Amino acid sequence: MSLALRRASFAERHAASLRQLRFFAWSFGRSPSSMLGLAIVLGFLLVAAFGPWIAPYPLDAEGAMNLGNRLKPPAAAHWFGTDEMGNDLFSRVVLATRTSLWVGLTIVGMATVIGVPLGIAAGYFGGVARAVIMRVTDVFLSVPGIVLALAIVAALGPGILNGIIALSIVWWPGYVRLVEAKALALRNEPFVEAARAVGASNLRILAVHILPNCTSPIIVKASMDMGLAILAAASLGFIGLGAKPPAPEWGAMISVARTYMPNWWWYAVFPGLAIYLTVLGFNLFGDGLRDILDPKSNRG
Amino acid sequence: MALFVLRRLMLTGLMLFGLVLITFVVSNVAPSDPAALAAGPDATRDMVETIRKEYGLDRPLPEQFVHYVGGLLTGDLGRSIVTTRSVMEDLGRYFPATLELVLLSMTFGVLVGVPLGMLSAVLKNRAPDHATRFVAVSLVALPAFWFGILLQLLFSVQLEWLPTSGRLDIATPPPPFVTGMLLVDSVLAGQWATFADALRHAVLPALVLSFPCLASILRVNRAEMIEVMAADYVTAARAHGISRLRVVCVLALRNAMLPTLAIIGLRWGWMLGSTVLVETVFDWPGIGLYAVSSAIAGDFKPVMGVTLLIGVNFMIINLIVDLLYGVLDPRLRATS
Amino acid sequence: MSALLEISGYRLAFDGFEGRAHVLDGIDLTVAEGETVGIVGETGCGKSVLARSVARLVDMPPGCVPGGGIRFAGQDVFAMDQRGLARLRGHGVAMIFQDPMTYLNPVFSIGSQMVDVIRAHDRAEGKPKRARAAARDAAAELLDAVRLPDPGRLLDRYPHELSGGMRQRVLIAMALTGTPRLLVADEPTTALDVTIQAQVLRLIAELVAARRLTLMLISHDLGVIGALCRRVVVMYAGTIVEDGAADVLFAAPRHPYTRGLLAAVPDLARPAHRARPIPGHIPNLLQPPPGCRFHPRCELAVGRCVAEKPPLRQVDGRLVACHRAEEAAA
Repeated sequence: MSLALRRASFAERHAASLRQLRFFAWSFGRSPSSMLGLAIVLGFLLVAAFGPWIAPYPLDAEGAMNLGNRLKPPAAAHWFGTDEMGNDLFSRVVLATRTSLWVGLTIVGMATVIGVPLGIAAGYFGGVARAVIMRVTDVFLSVPGIVLALAIVAALGPGILNGIIALSIVWWPGYVRLVEAKALALRNEPFVEAARAVGASNLRILAVHILPNCTSPIIVKASMDMGLAILAAASLGFIGLGAKPPAPEWGAMISVARTYMPNWWWYAVFPGLAIYLTVLGFNLFGDGLRDILDPKSNRG
Repeated sequence: MALFVLRRLMLTGLMLFGLVLITFVVSNVAPSDPAALAAGPDATRDMVETIRKEYGLDRPLPEQFVHYVGGLLTGDLGRSIVTTRSVMEDLGRYFPATLELVLLSMTFGVLVGVPLGMLSAVLKNRAPDHATRFVAVSLVALPAFWFGILLQLLFSVQLEWLPTSGRLDIATPPPPFVTGMLLVDSVLAGQWATFADALRHAVLPALVLSFPCLASILRVNRAEMIEVMAADYVTAARAHGISRLRVVCVLALRNAMLPTLAIIGLRWGWMLGSTVLVETVFDWPGIGLYAVSSAIAGDFKPVMGVTLLIGVNFMIINLIVDLLYGVLDPRLRATS
Repeated sequence: MSALLEISGYRLAFDGFEGRAHVLDGIDLTVAEGETVGIVGETGCGKSVLARSVARLVDMPPGCVPGGGIRFAGQDVFAMDQRGLARLRGHGVAMIFQDPMTYLNPVFSIGSQMVDVIRAHDRAEGKPKRARAAARDAAAELLDAVRLPDPGRLLDRYPHELSGGMRQRVLIAMALTGTPRLLVADEPTTALDVTIQAQVLRLIAELVAARRLTLMLISHDLGVIGALCRRVVVMYAGTIVEDGAADVLFAAPRHPYTRGLLAAVPDLARPAHRARPIPGHIPNLLQPPPGCRFHPRCELAVGRCVAEKPPLRQVDGRLVACHRAEEAAA
């Protein structure tokens, strides 16, 4: 006798999730700006991954000197022109992409790793833990990130690593604030109370009920923050406290280029354009994600 | 209400203490030696030691902290190595310039952001809405330091409409000092030519500074308007025959303004922070430029002073916003 | 009696992720001046959007009207310009809603909201706008008319300071500002306590009688409808299934759905007589059942019910949309 029952296929077992995913894709695809953001982010990732193969003069990124080629305007041989060392700006802009991606990922990663557990602890346990964590968070949030980062870098000394450390230190409080509010709301949800009533441990409740329900806003914030962290790191580079030339970094390039304005305009224009497009891409992408994942929160 | 104000004040005091602690810790984890820095590069070991004693840098950290807080309470923020003046005096000198810029930017951000947000909400998901939202995201993504340079290229170098940097032309006589804000002082003194010149200098930096704030206000206002427009009481107002224009511009806007107000409070601090970049580009002699040049010179005291000033500013503004909230929202008025 | 409201072949659909939901499917309803009509049906049957359609309050998009139309006092509602709409709303059709909390703007005082409405009506009628003070007096008079005590003080209070019953009275007062001809009440008592419900219903009944209003009352509660309305319209899944005088319909329902609805009401006088729920669920309006929309739940359904949409036809002194209306009498 053959079994009439068969194992449900993958599509059948996950019908609800798949339907949800299709709905997300449908809403995301309906917004032209979200799709543009996705395209830019993908392009940025490709450039970061294949930079050394895309750049026509990869050596120029490390600060080779071709003084015969100094400050040439954009042309067929040098699409973005050359800098004061005669280096190809296109190669430098392309190779700096990878730096920016790592910087952004590290800052956002550190901020999430520090901020999310603290936020969950504050929101879920409440009491003294919450009071202490939230007051500290408030203090950090009372000074704009760039200023506090400036102070920290000034103390630690300039450099890209110190810049990353400084920005990570100022970035985590945002995640605490975000997750705390969410965890606080979830704590009183009936399904959490039910779990507690049947004797689930705190750890299990946190892992199974609280954290998964916080992921949407975290993902949305992280994707927006990728762009903003890249922008902040470039800002430090521009001030002269981040990456140091000749290491290829967009902000530092503009910082040097400023002294060559206005006659050698291309020097500043192209690195800046790269920053703008990258940040724009992540922001549009994050904005689109928010519209589908977390439509109720729309705080600027 | 009084209790609410008192509680908020105490909380602000606590936060202030936290901020002081942070700045102290930051300036003391520094690997570089502040005494050596103060003594200068040619100083002998003895001279460095003398300075160390003189500034109390040889004392244990808790004692130094008490000393630091004691100094703060009497308005002593230390001395800048670069300008050789006391940091307090420097802040007094540079802050009005920054305040002038921030006030101008905030006004511009609100005047443009609120109507654009409303327009976007009313035309939700149509072409103007998509365009406005794209512009809003763009404004956040624009690196202020880079866009400032581009504007200088266009309006100052190419078109020669506006000056590149600074607050006044060399040839323009500055007004007598009253508030330190040239736009205000020149009006008070009736120096209209100076006013015009100061305004011409302020246009580009204020514009660049306002963009992220404008974008925030726009987005929040749009989101709030959409939510309010879908609210039952708006349906009811329409059912009672109140015109669409009045529903949007008076009834819904009043509801949507509350969160917008909160954003203005948040953005105030952000904007003060962005002056670090904008003032550097436009050579605007405010606290941002002061912080940057001090930071590059390894001079902590001014950087800490600026950090504290901005933090205090942020706390005061948010206190005001909280109180205004209570006035504008009758539901809060009743409970507090 | 002349027709005040003519709804003919009215269809309404909403476009969404999963396609087009056919929320109203060919509604035919004519209401004469002075009638009191109750519209009853389950949640989601389309009675509320029908009510809103009368004052053109359905947002389009996502809504759209694939066919049919609504005429109020002979004028096509969907052809009106902004001026015409302003005259229609409040002055022609006034609405009161379900949850009086959310239908009052929380940040304005009662007085300022009422003054706003009064002045809007002045403008719509082309009269000179009353001064705020005069409008305030008018507002106080209206509050008095809905029997709210101390109207002068009430005007300065905010919605959150009022009880549910008071808020609903305020909303009724606001609905009366434009001296409307048709009052559309969408579940006016559902959100209120039972004791307050009776007071509000009595108030509505008195106002309707005193001001010779035409009433269109939307409710899922047959008791409420029976108390206020001489005529009952039963809706199911976006269609009208039965329409007739209340006493006729309640005594001898001809549509299987109406019968089910009446049988589902618990009867306190006869506790032994258990309420019988209607088996099955309301259909998915994205792909409504062909033919008669009720056939999947109907015990009398035959092949014809699947193939052919039953028209509203005269049976036994009322209109019924059922192929087997004659058999249903048994």
